[in-house]
Amino acid sequence: MTTVAVKPATMAQALTRALRDALAADPSVHVMGEDVGTLGGVFRVTDGLAREFGEDRCTDTPLAEAGILGTAVGMAMYGLRPVVEMQFDAFAYPAFEQLVSHVARMRNRTRGAMPLPLTVRIPYGGGIGGVEHHSDSSEAYYMATPGLHVVTPATVADAYGLLRAAIASDDPVVFLEPKRLYWAKDTWNAEHPTAVEPIGRAVVRRSGRSASLITYGPSVPVCLEAAEAAQAEGWDLEVVDLRSLVPFDDETVCASVRRTGRAVVVHESGGYGGPGGEIAARVTERCFHHLEAPVLRVAGFDIPYPPPMLERHHLPGVDRILDAVARLQWEAEG
Amino acid sequence: MTVMEQRGAYRPAPPPAWQPRTDPAPLLPDAEPYRVLGTEAATKADPELLLRLYAQLVRGRRYNTQATALTKQGRLAVYPSSTGQEACEIAAALVLQDRDWLFPSYRDTLAVVARGVDPVEALTLLRGDWHTGYDPYAHRVAPLSTPLATQLPHAVGLAHAARLKGDDVVALAMVGDGGTSEGDFHEALNFAAVWRAPVVFLVQNNGFAISVPLAKQTAAPSLAHKAVGYGMPGRLVDGNDAAALHEVLADVVRHAREGGGPTLVEAVTYRMDAHTNADDATRYRTDADVAAWRDHDPVLLLERELTGRGLLDEDAVTAAREDAETMAAELRDRMNRDAETDPMDLFAHVYAEPTPQLREQRALLRAELAAEREGGDR
Repeated sequence: MTTVAVKPATMAQALTRALRDALAADPSVHVMGEDVGTLGGVFRVTDGLAREFGEDRCTDTPLAEAGILGTAVGMAMYGLRPVVEMQFDAFAYPAFEQLVSHVARMRNRTRGAMPLPLTVRIPYGGGIGGVEHHSDSSEAYYMATPGLHVVTPATVADAYGLLRAAIASDDPVVFLEPKRLYWAKDTWNAEHPTAVEPIGRAVVRRSGRSASLITYGPSVPVCLEAAEAAQAEGWDLEVVDLRSLVPFDDETVCASVRRTGRAVVVHESGGYGGPGGEIAARVTERCFHHLEAPVLRVAGFDIPYPPPMLERHHLPGVDRILDAVARLQWEAEG
Repeated sequence: MTVMEQRGAYRPAPPPAWQPRTDPAPLLPDAEPYRVLGTEAATKADPELLLRLYAQLVRGRRYNTQATALTKQGRLAVYPSSTGQEACEIAAALVLQDRDWLFPSYRDTLAVVARGVDPVEALTLLRGDWHTGYDPYAHRVAPLSTPLATQLPHAVGLAHAARLKGDDVVALAMVGDGGTSEGDFHEALNFAAVWRAPVVFLVQNNGFAISVPLAKQTAAPSLAHKAVGYGMPGRLVDGNDAAALHEVLADVVRHAREGGGPTLVEAVTYRMDAHTNADDATRYRTDADVAAWRDHDPVLLLERELTGRGLLDEDAVTAAREDAETMAAELRDRMNRDAETDPMDLFAHVYAEPTPQLREQRALLRAELAAEREGGDR
């Protein structure tokens, strides 16, 4: 009889394991960023890597995000596979020019001669009581930049699997880590973890018949909780975890909406110009005749991220999601 | 004992963690730009090297005038000329080994060509049929960088990666005086110094960032002095003296290759033409300003030196010019042929594999093109 080692692990631990396995499997993989070496990163995701692989493979860089990403571009040009850590969402902005003007364009600019296989890990989102500049949802900026893949895990297994896939990808990947899920525990088969490939496939986390909640990253557990609570109201909600914002899995999302006929997009990012607008448009364009109600969005407010004592009013929660579901033009009400 | 009474016994001491990091004196640049031509040092220069530099300068000048002419004929969308700066362009290319890397800015097409890239492929960006027209790995030349100074951290990262792999590769990165104000210039120099990366930063101080003169760009004693703040040596060179540039650049490339770390070189030169063909330089400088530099022209300086020492006669000058004319005629002929473009290329290289969304958009464009062909002149 074989026993499978399925035991609880945190998302942070799974990410560390993914980096360790990638470093061990491929000598061209290099981890770099602020405090990633001796300290193991402010979230301890790179804990122990410098000790195990040496400081040339897991490097404490000067404190300069454009410099970190810019030098990583040069390293990728020479055949390395850098994995860059940006310490926080809002600290990644100095690197934006490198990302937009070079990382996203180099393959296209050179007709495929100079691909840049690099991963940019960015802890993002709120809910951790962070002071200003520590809780941004910056995914819309990255989604709007052709040439980048944008990926975000919501489970411990996906954290491992998507990060391995991101590092293995020959295209640049912005890997958004929902920081309030870093310490979320989940049972996980740590004996044989695998990459989640190909990048770009969504997954149905909970099947349901009444309506589809389309979400990703930190809002996935919130939507699952909302779906449980909705049962009391007689709604059987489906929860779709996108996992990848670029490329977008129209197939899985539309199959879900065609089944349920109703959809709510949920994310922390602001609604205006946020991912939800694009998703709602895509669903409407493709599933119009299956829809019983307009696609609704539950998003963060269109405000600068609030101070920690007020953030609970900003973040999409179970009640706000259920309120949106209630507005999906149920015939019983009409 | 009161605090007042203790005062006499107090001995100020530096903070416990403080220690000098490095002696700044050896890092300082010369007081004046280093020169070879017209000085005693020229007699020690290798005549063969000087003749080689001369032939390249003459070709380089002709390349600049030909490319500028091609903009007037509508064959190039734009050309940022390096006329007057040919010594920097040529020396930068000539000091590198095959395995080394060049990181040019948008004004450095000439250096790219001198490195061996096909002259037409080097102009792809400026012709507008694609962005980068050459394979960067074929001659180890990074794409011409349009966003200022952003290519400098790439050079540092590449040189660092080469060192990690045990290759004795040097990266030479080019930037202008305006580019030294950018944050990426600072970050690149800092990373290079901390990592002791084998990089040479060549600043061509041509006097202007489009219209803004150096005095509005920096209050540093010289751009070469900026090196000292990063803990790397700064070298100040006459950017129109090809022999001086070649000597200094070869020296700092060797220094980098041997593990000595990066160097910042400021070449003092002058942009004889406007920023590009689309610029009007009379709005920010006078003819007299430009005239002052005509006598300090890089081609002229070297020609005088070689002629004065009997190394160059009229026949040799004619031969160099004829060679340059042949190059220009060939460039003209090739550029006068219409570039071939394929709209499907727009989707081919965004990702290794087009996303489902790009496949849809590609199909849309393909259908539009098919309808265009069928519709004829409708």
